[in-house]
Order: sequence, then structure tokens, then C-alpha cells
Amino acid sequence: MSASRAAGARAWRLGADVDTDALAPGHAMKHGIEVIAAHCLESVRPEFAAGVRPGDVVVAGPNFGIGSSREQAASVLVHLGVAAVVAPSFSGLYFRNAFNVGMLLLTCAEAGAIAEGERIAFDARAGRVVREGGEVLACEPIAGFLLDMVEAGGLLAQLQQRFHPGTSS
Amino acid sequence: MSVAPQTLAQKLIARAAGKDEVRPGEIVNCLVDLAMFHDSSGPRRLQPMLQALGASVWDTSKIVLVMDHYVPERDEESRRIVRIARDWARDQHLPHVYDSQGICHVVVPQHGHIRPGMFCVGGDSHSPTGGAFGAYMFGIGSTEMLGVVVTGEIWLRVPGTIRMQWDGRLAPGVVAKDMMLHMIGRFGMNGGRYQAVEFCGDAVRALSMAERMTLSNMSAELGAQAGLIAPDETTMQWLAATGAPPVDIAALHTDEEAIDAPSCETHRFEAAALEPYVAAPHSPANARGVGHFQGTPVDVAYIGACTGAKLDDLRAAAQLLRGRRVAPGVRLMVAPASLKDQEAAREEGVLQVLTDAGAQLFPTACGACAGYGETLGDDTTVISSTARNFRGRMGSPTAQVYLASPYTVAASALRGVITDPRELMRELAP
Repeated sequence: MSASRAAGARAWRLGADVDTDALAPGHAMKHGIEVIAAHCLESVRPEFAAGVRPGDVVVAGPNFGIGSSREQAASVLVHLGVAAVVAPSFSGLYFRNAFNVGMLLLTCAEAGAIAEGERIAFDARAGRVVREGGEVLACEPIAGFLLDMVEAGGLLAQLQQRFHPGTSS
Repeated sequence: MSVAPQTLAQKLIARAAGKDEVRPGEIVNCLVDLAMFHDSSGPRRLQPMLQALGASVWDTSKIVLVMDHYVPERDEESRRIVRIARDWARDQHLPHVYDSQGICHVVVPQHGHIRPGMFCVGGDSHSPTGGAFGAYMFGIGSTEMLGVVVTGEIWLRVPGTIRMQWDGRLAPGVVAKDMMLHMIGRFGMNGGRYQAVEFCGDAVRALSMAERMTLSNMSAELGAQAGLIAPDETTMQWLAATGAPPVDIAALHTDEEAIDAPSCETHRFEAAALEPYVAAPHSPANARGVGHFQGTPVDVAYIGACTGAKLDDLRAAAQLLRGRRVAPGVRLMVAPASLKDQEAAREEGVLQVLTDAGAQLFPTACGACAGYGETLGDDTTVISSTARNFRGRMGSPTAQVYLASPYTVAASALRGVITDPRELMRELAP
């Protein structure tokens, strides 16, 4: 299995401008990732953290991840097992952070077509999301080195390979 | 071979990438001149990852560590986080550490660390502040900072440039925060599209360094990667005052011929026509002229943070608060952005004016801005000189945070409702 492909992923639909403070609230930031994750999206979708299951995807409106550089806003989704975030646009800073912590983001102009609870498939290297009924939605291409990083499990895992070749992370 | 015309952003990136020129869209690897981080994003996150890697820091002389988010420590978790930072600074023999001296985006330039031509990264989203000095500086997360700390390098997609040209001069009572809220209101929180924004024009050149820092800082709220201002005499005077070595700035501007490139766009603004601006909850992009919010009752007026409590901001507030008292029931909180600014404000009598008006003085740290330390309670309506007003930002998801300039915050504290500061300025006029 590759982190850049999946099928049958259940969609959680969120709106536009989901910010980093909603993903990783400031009041929880002094704690570890498991505590921050329990508060993920509590101000906009209170049932999310308890209800999300490994392999689910988040489908959102434009400008996902605007705000802070706190990468916990991406790590919480990794911690909760989210397979990808699909949105028409992302904050540039969030985009970097997400790939660095091993969280796949798919920039898809037509993300708005995907419904809450819909089962979708995606293939990041092919640049597409496939809806339940077979409709194909195109995604913006992602630099190969970033997909390599996500598949490796993030930058730390890659650096571990560089500093300690031959060992697994 | 002659070098093609380039924007300031391209020139700064080309230098860091060891190239004569770079083109927008190209992915390059840059050598980092300075890496800044704080107690929240820094050692508590880096130290365990460095340990896991068995790696060491590439160059301690190029690192600046600032303790500003969890100081003063309020609970056991904060104490633990700050202790890790202090221990790490000692173990690594870091030469540049600022502990409880103020907010990183203000303290680091005040000590001359950020100079024209440099390529810098910061472990905080408001790191574009360094752009005010003609440095390419942007925010990154802790894992990416780990990469910088062990390699001294970082990748970058060369951005296009969005020039925000402000012609003319600002009217009295209208400041950089108003310019910025106007731009965010117009272009939205991702209007910068992770490109380089460059602020230019007569009104920008007329701004003090502190005011320029407010523009560059809030480029983060525009979704830009960097917020640049070409260095000039004002920059050089600031640097000389910090004791920083002189820099040749002759080439550090956008070439005239580069302005017409497809990857460079220009938006023009008339500074004299700008009114004080306010951003309503819960987004800096909900910004409109103060008149739209006039009369909204406030419980707390907060003058704090890297974009709203520098010496210039404290002076602006004092100008309106001198000889007056805040409205009954309103809490005016002032957290100066740095000890240096606080001391200068004390010497000038500005602090006395603020406290005489009823202000409570808070430590020179991030304070209530990010809701890490001092947090605001449920259902509180706040007017704040800070940079960001996301839901829950200052602690409670039911708090309503309005953003405004220090003038507007002070005027609103005096009336107890959101107020156009120009009304009070007219009262002051002889």
C-alpha cells in the first residue's frame, strides 16, 4: 500500500477557510499530539475527532490550513489516520508542513462535487480523484520529491534514511 | 551573458541558491543565513528529533532562539516547555538566545540579526516580518526546521511577485495596520497565493521600520510566502542603531523591466483615501472601514503582539489616551512587544500615560494573542491590535475578536464601543 493511493475512502466534508487554530487549537498546544488531536476541529465540527476512522479523507473548501506555522495542524490528521485532504486550494505554509509530516494533500478544483460520506478513490501520482459513481476529478500535479516524502512517512523518516541508511524508521 | 531583469524576491533567492538568476516556478535549493525559532516551535520539538537522528546542529551561530510563547510560565506544562528550551540552549552553547525579552519577530530585528540580502527561515507563521529589512524570510514548521538545522538548506519554488504600490501619504490616525487590513479584506486570506508580496510606493517609503514590520508580518494573513520591502535609508539607519555591519543595498530592488513580466502583478492604492479599518470575527479578511462597526460594545481592548505593541503602537495609543480614562467596565490590556520597546516607552512617559488611563500592563510576550498564555474568557468581545482573529484564537471559541490599529483600539477603549479614532483626534485638535 502506498500513502499516495487509496480506494473506498469515506469523505468528511468541511467548508472554506478551515484554519490551523481550528485544526490544532491554541489552548491544547502545550500538550502532546494525542491531546491536540482530541480537540481537532472542535470549533467547526465537534464530532470529527471522535468519529473519524483510519483511511477516511477530509474534503474541504478553498484555503484549507490558513494561519499558523504549527505543523501539529497537519500532524493531528496523520495521528487520526486521515488518508488525504482534498480541497480546491491550500495555504502554502500548510502545504509544506503537511508533506513534511507525511500528510497527503490533493489540490482539486472540483472538490466541491464530493458529498459528505461519499466513498472516493485517489491516486496522487496520476493526479486524480475518482468519485463513487466513477466521475474522475483532476488534481494539480505534485512534485515527485514531495510524493516520495509522503510515501516515506515524512521528512524525519527520510532524514533517518539519510543519516542511518539501512535501518527502518 | 547578461542577467535578465529580476524582482527583489528573485534576486534574494538567486543569491541564496548560488545562481545569477532564478525564474518563477523553478524549484531551487537555498543556503540559509539565519534560522529563528521560539520555545513553542523550537527545542521542545527539535530536540527529540535531533536525538532520534543522532545529528548535530549545522551552525549554532546562524540560529536565534527566543522564549516568547510560554513565558512567563503559568503551569507545569509551560514550565516544562520553557525548561527544555533553556536546557537545549545551554547544551548547544547557542550564542543568540533571547529569554523573556519580547516577541521573536520584534526582538530578533531589534538586535540586528536580520539584514538586507539575507535568506532566513523562522519557526513561526509571522516570520515574513524579516522582509521589512529586505531579507527573504518565511515561516516553516518544526519538522522542516529540523531539516534546516541539520543541513543548513531548504528547497523553494521561486515565487511570482505581487507588488502592492501605495501612492501618496496616509492621513493622521491611519497606520500600517489599516493598510494591511484593507489589503486582506480586498484579496482574502489566501490572496497572496504563496507568492512574494512586495510593498512599495511613497506611502511605504515614508513608514518607520516598526510600521514596515507590521506590513511584512501580516503578509502571512495574505497567504504570501514573503512580504518584502526594498531596503533604503530608513533601513540603514535602523541597522546602524543596532550595531549591525553595513550592507550594500544598491541592487536590492525590483528591476523596472521586471515589473512587466507575466509573473509580476501590481496593485495600486491611494494612501490618502484610506480610512481606519476593522476586521470582524473570525477572519482578518472580514475587514471594512471602521464606520461599519461603529458603536459595537467591547469588553476588552488589547494592545499587544508583534504587529500591535511596538513602540510606535504604544505611542499611537498614548496619543489618544493622554489625560483620559477608559470607559467603565472596559479592560484595557497592554503587553509591549519587547522589553526594549517597553523601556523606551517608559523613558518617554508613554507607559505612564497608558496606566494613568487605566491600562493593565502585561509581560512582553505573545500573551493573549495566540491563547497560549493569558487567555480570554467566554463571550468576551475584544478589540485587539493583534494580527489574527480566528475562532478560539484568544482562548475561548465564543470570544468575538475584532482587529484594528492601536489608534482604533485606544479610541474604542475610551468610548467602550468601536470608535473611529479620528473623532477623538478632532477633539484633541486646538
